[in-house]
Amino acid sequence: MAVRRLAEPHLQPESFAFTDANLAWAKQQIAKYPQGRQQSAVIPLLWRAQEQAGGWLPQKAIEHVAGVLGMANIRVLEVATFYTMFNLAPVGKFHVQMCGTTPCRLRGADALIDICSRRIGHQHEVTADGKFSWVEVECLGACVNAPMAQINVDYYEDLTPESFEKILDEMAAGRTPKPGPQVDRQMSAPIGGATTLKETT
Amino acid sequence: MLQDKDRIFRNLYGQGDWGLDGARKRGAWDGTKGFIEKGRDWLVNEVKESGQRGRGGAGFATGLKWSFMPKQVGERPHYLVVNADESEPGTCKDREIMRHDPHLLIEGCLYAGAAMAAHAGYIYIRGEFVRERERLQAAIDQAYEARLIGKNNVHGWDFDLYLHHGAGAYICGEETALLESLEGKKGQPRLKPPFPANMGLYGCPTTVNNVETIAQVPDILRRGAAWFAGIGRANNTGTKLFCISGHVERPCNVEEEMGIPLRELIERHAGGVRGGWGNLLAVIPGGSSMPLIPAGPDQCDSLLMDFDGCRDKKSALGTAAVIVMDKSTDIVKAMARISYFYKHESCGQCTPCREGMGWMWRVLNRMADGRAHKSEIDGLMQVTQQIEGHTICAFGDGAAWPVQGLLRHFRPEIERRIDEYTRHTQAVPAAQAAE
Repeated sequence: MAVRRLAEPHLQPESFAFTDANLAWAKQQIAKYPQGRQQSAVIPLLWRAQEQAGGWLPQKAIEHVAGVLGMANIRVLEVATFYTMFNLAPVGKFHVQMCGTTPCRLRGADALIDICSRRIGHQHEVTADGKFSWVEVECLGACVNAPMAQINVDYYEDLTPESFEKILDEMAAGRTPKPGPQVDRQMSAPIGGATTLKETT
Repeated sequence: MLQDKDRIFRNLYGQGDWGLDGARKRGAWDGTKGFIEKGRDWLVNEVKESGQRGRGGAGFATGLKWSFMPKQVGERPHYLVVNADESEPGTCKDREIMRHDPHLLIEGCLYAGAAMAAHAGYIYIRGEFVRERERLQAAIDQAYEARLIGKNNVHGWDFDLYLHHGAGAYICGEETALLESLEGKKGQPRLKPPFPANMGLYGCPTTVNNVETIAQVPDILRRGAAWFAGIGRANNTGTKLFCISGHVERPCNVEEEMGIPLRELIERHAGGVRGGWGNLLAVIPGGSSMPLIPAGPDQCDSLLMDFDGCRDKKSALGTAAVIVMDKSTDIVKAMARISYFYKHESCGQCTPCREGMGWMWRVLNRMADGRAHKSEIDGLMQVTQQIEGHTICAFGDGAAWPVQGLLRHFRPEIERRIDEYTRHTQAVPAAQAAE
């Protein structure tokens, strides 16, 4: 459990509405579920709203989704506050979700967390240039490629303090570093080559 | 050792083509119509005969689970739901299936649907897996386009498959919480009974299966139940994806036969424990919810990696996510971090869990520094027992077990830290309320 509240009023935009394209997309999503069960689409719609709003969910976006789905505002609000991938306050252009659970810690996540604190600041804070924010998250499900972080939608795996700093440098300079393992390795196969499936790998 | 020809996930590392052509070359979608035509009972029976047990953690017999669905379809439609909310710390196997061999999963969904008379299936993938979601959706689109699934498909069983995603909640891996989430609510588990086979998604008969479980089904049907049953030991049959993480030389995912000795698994595929087998402190054999097993002749040295083998060591296979810890590990701190995970992920519905998770974490954190009384060790054990079995879902158990494992095997270490801390401070620390 975590206490999660909406952003301060002065940060909240005055209005929010889906773009036409997003509204059309939302209708497609709703069609995946049986008639009368449109509430099922609430997470995908909130997600799209978060993307449209620049990486976080303003109160007006939550209310807009409630309107689109015919739900009470409170039902959407409780979903938005329950699921931790909904950012309730603004985030940086690059939002770093640093895995801090035990398997990553065993492989050196502490050093990466220190880098985040030094370069970006406190969790949930956005740097002055608006480029970065970070948060420690729970297991992201890439444990054999630990330590790792998710930056926006991509996984950066097998990090070292050096490679992680380099990734942040690249992003700050406007380039897009290559996601996935940052060492010479075929996805989740052992470093140095697979021990199985040798005919194909 | 399992031979490559007996491996199901032949594109595990994404070395080949994930798409329909590549999957077909590896044998997917072959003979599908014939299996569907053999009918529902045959499908259920074949999976029963294979002895396959669920790969998501609990290890419940898959065929038996399918057979719980109503025999006749009444007014309420039947649903298949696939649990792809892989979030158990240490576990990263379903991700590989979804991004590198998605057609095995889709084909398995069609069989599972036919076996339980379901014409619709939902795959619930965790929100963080954005790229995996895109890949899986692309594969589903391919399958629709080739009329392998959907209405009036070439296999003769109408089946619509939808991909749904979450937004970062571990608890949604619990099947009833997953259904709540899929219905657009907070992911808070439901009381059972009624079980999902009677009242699941939208109040309709539903079966929830893990990704790996379903993705193994096509190969079980194609190669025969006897083939699958011939791998591993009785009651623990087949192959399994193992995720070896932590203090090993070369962490990796690998498909091996059930019952492989832990040491062989680690040394053959992961390059051994860092610093050699003698440097091993403990392993968590099946994801963070399972009690750790310490090094030693009666423990890790003789551990067979299957359901019964882990149970014999008072732990469980879980998701087969092996977290290895060598002697440099601060074991109390490592387990305190796992407790923090459960504190963070508790849905807050049941009091023992909501309050107990934070309590255990705070006490363990103090114990990691030695800032505790020895009597608190028994107190902590008592609290874990008051949480275990007293919550709606198994989350409480899964959070209590790792702490129990720590206390069972590393009590002297905690006592040593308490002694050390007390020696270096003038006064004995006052017992602190855990608030």
